[in-house]
Amino acid sequence: MKKFVIIFFFLLIYNSINISSFSAEKATKPMSPGWSFKGFFGTFDRASLQRGYQVYTEVCASCHSMKHLSYRNLSQPGGPEFSKEQVKIIAAQFEVRDGPNDDGEMFDRPARPSDNFVSPYANDKEATAANGGAYPPDMSVLVKARKGGADYIYSLLLGYDEPPEGISLDDGVYYNKYMAGNKIKMSNPLSEGIVDYADGTQATEEQMAKDVTTFLSWAAEPHLEERHKIGFRAIVYLIIITILVYFSMKKIWSRVESEV
Amino acid sequence: MSDNEYTPSSKFGKWFNDRLPLLTLGKHLTDYPTPKNLNYWWTFGGILTFCLITQIVTGLILAMHYVAHADLAFGSVEHIMRNVNYGWLIRYVHANGASMFFLAVYIHIFRSLYYGSYKSPREIIWILGMIIYILMMAAAFMGYVLPWGQMSFWGATVITNLFSAIPLVGESIVTWLWGGYSVDNPTLTRFFSLHYLIPFLILGLVVLHIWALHVPGNNNPIGIDLKKPSKDTVPFHPYIVIKDLFALLIFLIVFAFFVFYSPNILGHADNYIEANPMVTPAHIVPEWYLLPFYAILRSVPDKLLGVIAMFGALFILVILPWLDTSKTRSAIFRPLYKQFYWFLVADVLILGYVGAMPAEGIYLLVARVATAYYFAHFLIILPILSRKEKVLDVPLSITEPVLGGSVSASAVRQRKDKL
Repeated sequence: MKKFVIIFFFLLIYNSINISSFSAEKATKPMSPGWSFKGFFGTFDRASLQRGYQVYTEVCASCHSMKHLSYRNLSQPGGPEFSKEQVKIIAAQFEVRDGPNDDGEMFDRPARPSDNFVSPYANDKEATAANGGAYPPDMSVLVKARKGGADYIYSLLLGYDEPPEGISLDDGVYYNKYMAGNKIKMSNPLSEGIVDYADGTQATEEQMAKDVTTFLSWAAEPHLEERHKIGFRAIVYLIIITILVYFSMKKIWSRVESEV
Repeated sequence: MSDNEYTPSSKFGKWFNDRLPLLTLGKHLTDYPTPKNLNYWWTFGGILTFCLITQIVTGLILAMHYVAHADLAFGSVEHIMRNVNYGWLIRYVHANGASMFFLAVYIHIFRSLYYGSYKSPREIIWILGMIIYILMMAAAFMGYVLPWGQMSFWGATVITNLFSAIPLVGESIVTWLWGGYSVDNPTLTRFFSLHYLIPFLILGLVVLHIWALHVPGNNNPIGIDLKKPSKDTVPFHPYIVIKDLFALLIFLIVFAFFVFYSPNILGHADNYIEANPMVTPAHIVPEWYLLPFYAILRSVPDKLLGVIAMFGALFILVILPWLDTSKTRSAIFRPLYKQFYWFLVADVLILGYVGAMPAEGIYLLVARVATAYYFAHFLIILPILSRKEKVLDVPLSITEPVLGGSVSASAVRQRKDKL
């Protein structure tokens, strides 16, 4: 009976991890291009992050905000690691409203590295109205806010297709294999060569989808590299001290006629 | 407690101890005679104390940076994750710490069920434990609301709405709980206040729980009363301290894997979407540790009866010492109870599983059967077993079980099987 319950328990866990797609409509299983940031020693691909930032800022940022990030994050260790000078130049391309000044007036100034990413719209209502009634979600933690994470975002970007027969789409609605319900209000954002990579990488759709998803994964989890590094040390330390304590325990309990 | 036996060696120690016998207490704690045959299921008390302290310490730090306001809460959590030094670590320890806390408490409770630790003379320890467990659930639920994500908001809406099932005054009570006509800023601020309070109530109850434990002493795997101190016991320090430490370290390795390598696996993706009262998530599910009760709630078609069943499932545990009146404590010597115990474990796991699934079709049917069995276990099976079950002979002591010589519970069991 006990063994049965234990086997049963693991079956349940296995099932709940696999089934856990709670979405009402069945969607296609997402693809994975293989991410460098998965696994125990996973780190971000620096060049991919920098290219991903370029895709984000030239394509996504016209509709999607990223309000929880600051420009200075772009130069922090574990991220795209642009130089401080580059970040100053990047930030200065954006205008932020500041003030009030000594005369009590609000004024516009170029953004500084300490400023948060400038949002494309003044507020959520404006963003919704400008996009046919669908709010383009903030991208700061988007990867963590979707079941399937990076795989899902990557697949969605490449999942645009002609609708199969029998499915009619309204104006401004597009067919996407990976979207729940297969209907999405965002038109296909990527097309070959839409960005011009500075490092000479070919801007194919797959390449851009991979780069921008890598960038979004970093944006959602900016301390991932540090977490992996500390985690490995912590676990090695714990294992060593556990072994030492085990032998101390054996020694202490050897005085008693009992098992430990 | 032996108040008068201990005399501190230093003059100051004696002076202090006469006025506040802290040293006597320390002596009592280190000498506390503990059965020497306790297995590793008994180490979870210490692990739970560690969990509580961890939650309090990480929670204190989080509260320094968190902002309890409907417009700012979500952003302040992101601020902790991005800008606060090691904020990501502290938050992930706190969030996963809640799950680890419940994992440990479930093992602790099921250990008590298996070895009959709730029976006389330990009923008060058991009841205090159940109050702690209920407070833990309240604290965890309110804590889950604080990040103000979609699951926070809608979970809070669903759970607080349960009170509207109370006849006549239900609606008014819900309005009172919310501090308005929907879950909103007043709800968030009061949940934060209570979430900060409850851990300290739990801490106080833990002190009482341990105090009540130190009166009769620990139960043990063979469930017999011991002479204390005797050949059957060892002093708490260093024997139990080192063993608890070893178990705690193993537990910490598991804990660390969650925190560092899959910190979000136990949470729900929707909680990284900021709360939006205009958009309802496709499925509203509570955290995993509340799922069995959620399944019981949903398995009853009537709302009021469902709420009664859910709270009844908890209350029934409180009165357990009077439902199971068998004099034999340990399941080792109760062959039938042992079978039914594992049925109950399976039943609770099934309830947890169907609690995560949509309440329709086969899942609903399974949930209903499992709910019925849960109540039947406590209300029908246990009282009947207490009267009818033929129990095996219980050894007289740990060192001399029936024929003498053997020391461990498994050896006792083997001897039993042979006889």
